Amino acid sequence: MRTEIQIAGFGGQGIVLAGVILGEAAILDGQNAVQTQSYGPESRGGAARSDIIISRTEIDYPKVLQADLLVALSQPAFDKYLSGAGEGTLVIVDRELVPSQKGAHLAISFSLMAENLGRRVVANSVMLGFITAVSGIVSSSAMEQSLSRNVPPKTVELNLRAFAEGWSAGKEHVDAWTCRGGANG
Amino acid sequence: MPGPAGVVQMDKASYEQICRILGEKRSFLQGDVACAYGALLAGCDFFAGYPITPATETAETLARLMPRLGGAFVQMEDEIASIAAVIGASWAGSRSLTATSGPGFSLMQENIGYACMSETPCVIVNVQRSGPSTGQPTEPAQGDMMQTRWGSHGDYEIIALAPNSVQECLDMTLLAFNLAEEYRNPVVVLTDGEVGHMREKVILPEYDEIAFTARRQPTVAPADYLPFQSVDESLVPPMATFGTAYRTYVTGLTHKESGLPTTDDAVAHTRLITRLVEKITRHRVELTRVEEQFLDDAEVAVIVYGITSRVALNAVRTLRQQGVKAGYLRLIGIWPFPEEKVRQLGERVSRIIVPEMNLGQLVHRIRELVPDSCQVSALPSIGGRVHLPAEISSALMTDRKSPEPEGQHHV
Repeated sequence: MRTEIQIAGFGGQGIVLAGVILGEAAILDGQNAVQTQSYGPESRGGAARSDIIISRTEIDYPKVLQADLLVALSQPAFDKYLSGAGEGTLVIVDRELVPSQKGAHLAISFSLMAENLGRRVVANSVMLGFITAVSGIVSSSAMEQSLSRNVPPKTVELNLRAFAEGWSAGKEHVDAWTCRGGANG
Repeated sequence: MPGPAGVVQMDKASYEQICRILGEKRSFLQGDVACAYGALLAGCDFFAGYPITPATETAETLARLMPRLGGAFVQMEDEIASIAAVIGASWAGSRSLTATSGPGFSLMQENIGYACMSETPCVIVNVQRSGPSTGQPTEPAQGDMMQTRWGSHGDYEIIALAPNSVQECLDMTLLAFNLAEEYRNPVVVLTDGEVGHMREKVILPEYDEIAFTARRQPTVAPADYLPFQSVDESLVPPMATFGTAYRTYVTGLTHKESGLPTTDDAVAHTRLITRLVEKITRHRVELTRVEEQFLDDAEVAVIVYGITSRVALNAVRTLRQQGVKAGYLRLIGIWPFPEEKVRQLGERVSRIIVPEMNLGQLVHRIRELVPDSCQVSALPSIGGRVHLPAEISSALMTDRKSPEPEGQHHV
């Protein structure tokens, strides 16, 4: 069983790093993972995408064919990758950064939540917390461990707080679905 | 010092020291970083290079780790200087490495020829990107397959290995160092921007799993030593280290067994170049490394290498589930070309698809080897786009009597 996750946005948002953290968490959980990326020559501002495949068995094709989960953190990324989403794709966007969000299932204020924590750059950690809670693909303990290893040492605490915030928000969504008796909300 | 076979085990204390510096036994790494790890586990103690996307992470990793192991890392002014330093370090007794991509690999060609002519063991990691020229720096390609074989002038042989996973980046780089010593020849690890930047699980090999091929040392007295004299069937001369009692003259000119130039002697030139070529081609079978799956009853097959093989295996598995007798042959050792494996496959299947991230390179070599009864079709993808599984499966399904599928570049 293979799970495909696509995270897209612009350079500087920690898109590639988010994929790395997720992939490494899967390895810590004893699964297989492949993370690939696509980015332009600019280090900031260009389009960035991170594909993560997670599986209990060997992974042959290393890229996303049809994402189970698509996270778009910019309008251009959303516009570009929504067409690749299928019926089974859960589409999550940043509520503020993707103003025109028709086709998204969930619009979450990742960046705003990060700003409230003091630093907008931890929006990717908020997002990771959220998708960990809603997808259940990796354990939150593995995610916390992976996050701690991959962010600059001085920012570990802030990133873990951001992750926890995102995780709680995700959990609320899951609980709300469970109450309604389905996961199609 | 080792005997003629040259294979010894690295001492355990060194292995443990390297492992301590590499950290965990199981980790989530990029292909480029895994190449650096493989080099260190092979005992590499010299790196010279110039940063270039998508190969820089190999240099970055070694810049960080090598000094802690007593090795030397030098950032040179360009790739010409880098390969020159690598060759010099090898003569001084190092196991030496450089890592680059297309534009840098092009610049290195003259000195790669020099390394072949002077029989200098060294390893070059080429993380292929889209070209020609500076092309698309961040996009993967497989455009240097033929350049690796023929990029320098004159007749020579080279060894090239193409990993398709991050684990293989480590394993193949480690192996490359041993092959370089065994054959006294440059070895190219031919990866691509996709494998180089991809992250996957890597498990460090255990001590017992690591072979260490030490350089053949002269057994004769210094006065009797001829640095380019083949002493056994391997055709590989022992190689003394600069600064020892043995004297060596190294030149790119055609030389005698003593190393001194002889530039107008057809017999000497023929003898030297024939030996340089045969020391590799005679060992074609030992140097053949392929992965074969679903070939026993295959009617059609795909021949692939590098990142594209991951796509092809997915496609072949899907076709098998649908009852199509599709087979998969992956080339791991690219040069010398695994002729026998390709020839045998061509005799058994009616159609071979060769997906490459270039407009058709190894497909030509494959066509030369298979009988006319087997149709060989190129399936190119350039611009940085890795093939989709469906493209390979539909190419395998195309009836051989029908015209080439639309959009397929006929080469």
